[in-house]
Amino acid sequence: MEEVLFFAAAIGALGGAIGVVAMRNPFYSVLALIVHLFSLAVLFLLLSSAFLAAAQVVVYAGAVMVLYVFVVAYVGGDQESAWEPIPGQQFLAPLLGIALFVELAIAVLGSSLVALGTEGPDVAPGFGDPAAIGTLLLERFLVAFEAASILLLIAAVGAVVLAGRHTPGGDAGASPERFAREESDASGASSQPLQRRVASEGEVPVAPPGGPA
Amino acid sequence: MSIEWYIVLSSLLFATGATGILIRRSPVVILLCLELMLNAGNLALIAFSRMVGNQEGQVFALIVMVVAACEVVIGMGLIVAIFRRKLPLDVDELRELRG
Repeated sequence: MEEVLFFAAAIGALGGAIGVVAMRNPFYSVLALIVHLFSLAVLFLLLSSAFLAAAQVVVYAGAVMVLYVFVVAYVGGDQESAWEPIPGQQFLAPLLGIALFVELAIAVLGSSLVALGTEGPDVAPGFGDPAAIGTLLLERFLVAFEAASILLLIAAVGAVVLAGRHTPGGDAGASPERFAREESDASGASSQPLQRRVASEGEVPVAPPGGPA
Repeated sequence: MSIEWYIVLSSLLFATGATGILIRRSPVVILLCLELMLNAGNLALIAFSRMVGNQEGQVFALIVMVVAACEVVIGMGLIVAIFRRKLPLDVDELRELRG
């Protein structure tokens, strides 16, 4: 039973990963990643870490993927161009990936870890449940917990600063609708110098033919 | 199932993610492939935590999830900012910083 579950989840995770890489449309890539994350949650359950499996489904496949779907829908899931800057990139990159896999496999399986071939020691029923992880996180790893919360806060503020409409800097928000808004705001006194400047710039090429006449 | 299987699967997923980063040119898909690599690392951490028999590796994996969430938020903010400035969403064309 465990073998069947492992191989089903492994095929799901691997298929999802290959789908992320191979799909031309970014929207389908995101959907393939959701399949991958659900399969990984099953693998986490098999490794008796129930809390992380739940966090994987709720946080990753739920919240983070909603963010991805939202951004892909916002920027538009257009296809990539077929233009290849590096010749042979599409053939070279999988070769490098296979080389990386062989290297990792040799490094792990060639190590002298005897326990790798076992299923691990027998653990108590409470292994990896929310109570155990929470106790560990709030007692022994309190500093890491606080650092993670500060990191999340900084990331949230940074995202607002990056993607906000009022970006600091001179020509930062040079989008047409921003110019249109600024022009509509500048009705009255400030539109007068703008018109005068445009008029004086228009006079410069017009003046030589107008001068002799 | 012995722990070896999980570790080999984790290396395979990591290599798939690295291949994706090398092949693809859309920043969104490159971030997705980064997620693949982070999740492969998480799987290895949890497998080793099960192998040793204590839960500290699981706390490590939880912190990795937090860092991945931060990375997604910042990456998506960058992509939205790039899109707003009408720049091409292609990492081979956004190369002003290359020396």
